Amino acid sequence: MVDKKRPVNLDIGTIKLPITAYVSILHRVSGVATLFAIAIFLWILDQSLASEQSFQDVSNILSYPLAQFLIWGSLVALVYHTVAGIRHLIMDLGFGEESFNSGRISAWVSVGVAVVLIAVVTGWIIL
Amino acid sequence: MMSFLARFTHTGPSDWIIQRITSVIMAAYLFFLVGYLLANPSLTYGQWAELNSLLAMRLFSLVTISAVAYHAWIGMWCVLTDYITVRLIGPKADGLRKSLQAGLGFIILSYMVWTIKILWGL
Repeated sequence: MVDKKRPVNLDIGTIKLPITAYVSILHRVSGVATLFAIAIFLWILDQSLASEQSFQDVSNILSYPLAQFLIWGSLVALVYHTVAGIRHLIMDLGFGEESFNSGRISAWVSVGVAVVLIAVVTGWIIL
Repeated sequence: MMSFLARFTHTGPSDWIIQRITSVIMAAYLFFLVGYLLANPSLTYGQWAELNSLLAMRLFSLVTISAVAYHAWIGMWCVLTDYITVRLIGPKADGLRKSLQAGLGFIILSYMVWTIKILWGL
C-alpha cells in the first residue's frame, strides 16, 4: 500500500530546477516555435524565387517593424533549437560520460553559444 | 532500412534514431545556407535562382523539408503526449491531443507540398 502520509511535491512551480531543466524546456518551446517559423522561411523562399521584383521586395522586408519582429523571433527559435540539439548530438556520441556535472557544464555552454548567436542575429536585423 | 524508416509506429528506439538522423540533415542544410549567404553578401536574384534550379540543391531542399516533417511529427508527438493528457487537463485530453496531432500533420504535409511547388514550379 502507498503510504498516504509520505510528503510528495509534484508542483514543478515550487521546485528549484537545475540549468539543464531550463535548457531542456526551452529546447521544446523553441522546437514548437520553429515548426511555425518554417512557414515564414518558406514564404521568404517562395518570394525570393518567384521573380526578380519579388526578390527585391523580400530583400527589403526588414524595413518593416512587424517583419523584423517575426523574422527575429523565428531566427531566435531556430538558433536556440539548433544549439541545444547539437548539444544532444554531442552527448549522444558519448562525450561527458553522461554525468550530471558535464550536463550542467554543456547546458551553460549551450546558453552561452546561443546568446552570442542571438546577439549576432539581433545585430544583423537591427543594423 | 526503408521498411525501418517507413514505420510510423512510435517505438522509442526508432523515434530516437530518426530524430537524430533528421537533425543532422537539417543542421547540414542550415550550415550550408548560412555559409552560402556569408560567402555571397551581395547576392543577386540571378545567383540565387541559379542555385535553387540545380537538381542537387532542389533534392537537398526536398530531403531537408522531409527531415523537418519527420522530426516535427515525432517532436510534436512527444510534446503533446506529455502535456495534453487526462491527468493534466481532464477527460477531453485524448480527443484534443489527437485533433492537434492531426492538425499539425496537415501543416507539416502542407510545408512539403509548398516546398515542392516552390522548387519545381508546379
